[in-house]
Formats: sequence, C-alpha cells, structure tokens
Amino acid sequence: MSNAIEVREIVKKFGDFTAVNGVSFDVKDGEIFGLLGPNGAGKSTLIRMMVTLLPPTSGTATINGFDVTKKADDVRRSIGVIPQAMTSDLELSVYENLLIFAKLYGVPRETRTKLIAELLEAVELTQWADKPVKNLSGGMRRRVEIARGLVHEPRVFFLDEPTTGLDPVSRTAVWGMLRRIKSQRDLTVLITTHYMDEADKLCDRIAIVDHGKLVALDSPDALKASIPGRDPATVTLDDVFVHYTGRDLRDALQEPSAADSPFMIRR
Amino acid sequence: MHRTWAIVEREMRRFSKSPMMIVMSMIFPLMQLVVLGYAFGGNVKHLKLAIVDQDHGVPAVKVRELASAVSSGARTVDLLDYTDSGQALTDLRNGVVNGVLTIPPDFSRRVLTNNAPRVALISDNTDTFVSASLGATVGGFISQMNAPETPVRVVGGAGLDIVEVYPYVPYIQYLLPGSITMSIFMMVMIGGGIIFIDDKARGLHEGYLVTPITKLELVAGFNISGTIKAVLAGAAITVIGSIIAGVPSPLDPVRLLRMMLVISITAFALISLMFLLMVRVSDPLMPRMMFGLLNTVLYFPSGAVYPQQGFPNWMHVIAVVDPFTYSVHAFKSLLLKNTGFSAIAGDVAYLLVFSVIAMTAATALFKRTL
Repeated sequence: MSNAIEVREIVKKFGDFTAVNGVSFDVKDGEIFGLLGPNGAGKSTLIRMMVTLLPPTSGTATINGFDVTKKADDVRRSIGVIPQAMTSDLELSVYENLLIFAKLYGVPRETRTKLIAELLEAVELTQWADKPVKNLSGGMRRRVEIARGLVHEPRVFFLDEPTTGLDPVSRTAVWGMLRRIKSQRDLTVLITTHYMDEADKLCDRIAIVDHGKLVALDSPDALKASIPGRDPATVTLDDVFVHYTGRDLRDALQEPSAADSPFMIRR
Repeated sequence: MHRTWAIVEREMRRFSKSPMMIVMSMIFPLMQLVVLGYAFGGNVKHLKLAIVDQDHGVPAVKVRELASAVSSGARTVDLLDYTDSGQALTDLRNGVVNGVLTIPPDFSRRVLTNNAPRVALISDNTDTFVSASLGATVGGFISQMNAPETPVRVVGGAGLDIVEVYPYVPYIQYLLPGSITMSIFMMVMIGGGIIFIDDKARGLHEGYLVTPITKLELVAGFNISGTIKAVLAGAAITVIGSIIAGVPSPLDPVRLLRMMLVISITAFALISLMFLLMVRVSDPLMPRMMFGLLNTVLYFPSGAVYPQQGFPNWMHVIAVVDPFTYSVHAFKSLLLKNTGFSAIAGDVAYLLVFSVIAMTAATALFKRTL
C-alpha cells in the first residue's frame, strides 16, 4: 500500500514562535488518519501546510506524490478541504455552492449535475438543494461543506474539526456520512477533532501533536496499550491524550481574528 | 479562464439576491446631486442690506430708489432703513443684517459739484460668497447711477459681446458627472471592497485558495464582477440623474452608448484601485475608514464641484493622478456638451492605463497563501 501523504521534518515559524517543529509522518492510501492535540498544538497549521494554504518554513510534505511547494496546483486538484471555519456562501443555495466549486475545480459540464446530485444524496440534502445555506442548521451547513469538498472527486480529504460546535445528533450524522462516503469511494481522510470517542471509533491511526511536535502515532488500540500500568481494556483515548499531552491548561494569547470585528457585515 | 467566470458567477448570484446594494450605492450620490445642486445652483437672494442715509438729498434718494429696484426685481437684497449707523454696525456684527450701505452727509453736495462722491458698503466678510454678492449688487446699481442719461453719440472704449456656445447649464447639471462617478465609486466600495474584506475575514477566501485557481484568475474574477455591479449603478444614475437634473434628451441612444463606455472604463479603473488598496487588508474596519478618506481625496479635487483652476498647486498634483478627474471630465463632455470620442480620448486612455497598472500591481501583491 502506497502513501497518500508523506510529511518529513516539516517546520512552520511565525516570527520567533515555532508552531510546528519537525513533524514527520505518513498516511497510507485509503486510511482514516486522526490528528489530535490540545488547542494551539499546531494541528491547523500542519493541515494548512498540507493543503497549500501556508508555505512551510522548512521540511517537505507530499500529497498524492505532489510536493506542496513545488506542485501546489496538482496538490489542490487532488485534495478536498473542509476548513475549520464555515466557508460556504450563506446567500447562495446548497446547489449553487456546490455548482460554483465544481466550476472552480473544472469539473466537466457533462458530469457536474450528476456528481452534485449524488453528493447531495450522500449527505442527505437533496430536498434542501434549493434552499439558501443561511436557512440551514449548523449540522446541515457542515454537510454542505462535506459535499462541496468532494465535488471534484478528490483522492485525499482534509477535515479540520468538522464536528466542532455541533450537537451530538448532528455530530453522529456527520461521522456516519463520512464513514459511508469513505466506503463508497477510494478516499484517504485526514481529520482533526477534539472528540476522542469519535476518533477512537472512526480512525485507523491517530497522531497526537503537542507544542508543535508529534508525541505519539499508532492505532487507537496500540496507543491505549502504550499507557504503562493500565489495563488496555479500561483505557480510553481521553486517557491516552492526557498521558501524552499532560493536564496543564494551554492558556496562550493569540492574534485577534478579523472575523471578530464588530464592523463585519453579519450574514 | 473558466475559474474567473466561476468567481464572477458566484458574485453575480449573490448580487442578484441583494438588490438593495444597488439602491444604496445610488442614494448618496442622488441626494448629493439634488441637495448640492439646488443649494448652490441658484442665485443668492434676500440678503439683508441696511441703508444709513445721512444725506437725504436728491442723489441720495436716487441711490435709495436704485436699491429698491433691485430689492423688488431680482430680490438679491432686502432693504432695512437705519438712522443710527452705530446700531446698523452692531446689527451687522450680530448677523441681523449682511451689509451696511452708508450714504455720508456730504454725498449730494459732492455729486452736484462733481467732487468724487462716495458711498460706503460695510459687509460681513466672514462669508465671502455673501460679501462678494453684496459688493457686486451694490456696485451694479452705483454704476447704473453713474451712467449718462442720454447715450453718447461716439463710443470711445471697446465693447464686449459674450456668446455662450452651449445652452445655460444649471449647477445641478454641472454636478451630475461627479454624481455618476461617485455612484460608481460607492458600488465599488460597498459591492467590492467591503464585501471582499468581510468575505476574507469570514474565511470564504480560504475556500477559494484550496482550489487550483491562480492569483490572476481570482483577482480578475473579483474585478470583473465588481465592474459589472458598478456599471449597473452608474448606468442607473445616468438615466435617473439626467432626468432629475433636466439634461436635454436624457435617453439619446448615441450619447448613452458613449456614456456606457466611459462608465465601464471608470468602473474598471476604480475597482482596480480599490483592490490595489485592499489586497493586503484583513480588518473589516479598514475599508469603512478608507471610504470617507477616499471620498474626500478623490471626489473634491476632480473638478466635480468646483473648477480645478481655483486649486492650489499641491491639489493640482492630486487632481492630475486622480482617476475621478478624467471620469468627471469625460462625463461633462458627453452630458453637457454632447461631444464625440475625440473630446474624451485622453480621459479614456488615462483610465485604461490606470486600470492596467492598478490591476497588475494588485495581482502582484495578492497573497495566494494565508
């Protein structure tokens, strides 16, 4: 089995601050790979480098055989991305959102309509296709984004905290859909989440990142077994997480987001 | 290029769902056109002129009669008789009257002896416009008093005949070219700059940046969609504003066609300028702050409200590079003079060169990463 993602000694610095510090890992074709870590651990920065949104300071990342700095457009064509923020256009309908992104990815006109219909079916939004996204619930909006990220049939799918802020029912639905979509397509999934139980059930392997470094990487069962002095049958992924990252609160200042501005037009 | 059109399609679909945007971009320029046009366009009337007649002779009565004729005819002045010059001056300082015309005690004697008779106009020069109007009005009827009662047979001096090439242009029509440019600018700011930065802050651009779209395709998409929106606003205010301002033949198809060309090039120039200014901005407050600043810096030096010949040198420098200047000049040529392309070729050329430079610079500065 070949690797869909290969990350080697990747580093990202913002001035004096090192957000990601020499991380290396591989993700195999068809794998569901979980990236866990406390807030500010560097997960999103790592994903942003892999999806070409941020240039690495040093090191390399190869996605589907394409280097993220040298073959950025080839990487972009072969990946689907669901960023942490909701990036769907709220004024446009569900269908229009998918249509615009299909065009941005150059999906041929002949296959576009059929593909969008299949994806709407897969995320159970067919009956809401003509509704503006602004009228949908948080869970439905996330499903729109999942469909949108798959509209060009990518081989690797990156999801940055796709279930954050959703109620338990919506969360379960999103994970169920991801599992179903994954079973129907040749897809590699890299996902970040704070919900350990979900990562435990869904991911083939899990990497734990802390302070910008990779501190653990294995299957959920192997990670549980790695906790010394505990019966693996009673160990949860929460225990694994605390074991590798500690109990200290990661209080830190961050750059204010432009999205927090009171002057922004809220839609 | 298909990705550029995807951006344009997305923006136009959004625009079609926000029809208020085009109305909003037109309200301010139309209000400005009507309010400024009527506020500044008419002649000054009903200025309060105090007359202190300390002479009471026949020539003084003649001055009084000439002033009354202006008062009841053109109504530039309303006359108020004072006997106490001290009270008249106090009222002048307190703003009760705008000027005091004093006829001194020896006025009639000097007129009759041909000994340099003089009257005095004391005006409130804190308002130079009112002061100048009063000076011109009083000067006018004093000249009339000096004119010989029977015309001389041989005229020694040269005369002047003024011929106006175009029909009378009221001030509201003079303002219309600036209002059209302002409307285009408003749409560029609201439908282009503010939405662009808000979308960026909301993370929508992150969605674009993970697709294979190039910098040029993305900037071109935003520019073309912004241009289309601004052209719609400019075209609408051209028709509505022409009707309000009373421009002759407001729906003349040939002129409208030429207007559309200048509107399109102006829209493209202003949207390119806006993207050049906003390309590295992420704070939603910034375009709102820049809006007022740009409005002042671009609109007033353009000659839209006052002739550029009256500007100081430093403002001339702004006027020379200001795209509004060329847009306003071209619109004036087409709307007020109904000229052809030869009169606006220089304006069109400048706006095109400006657009290309601004868009190239904006594309170069645009960051393809976060």
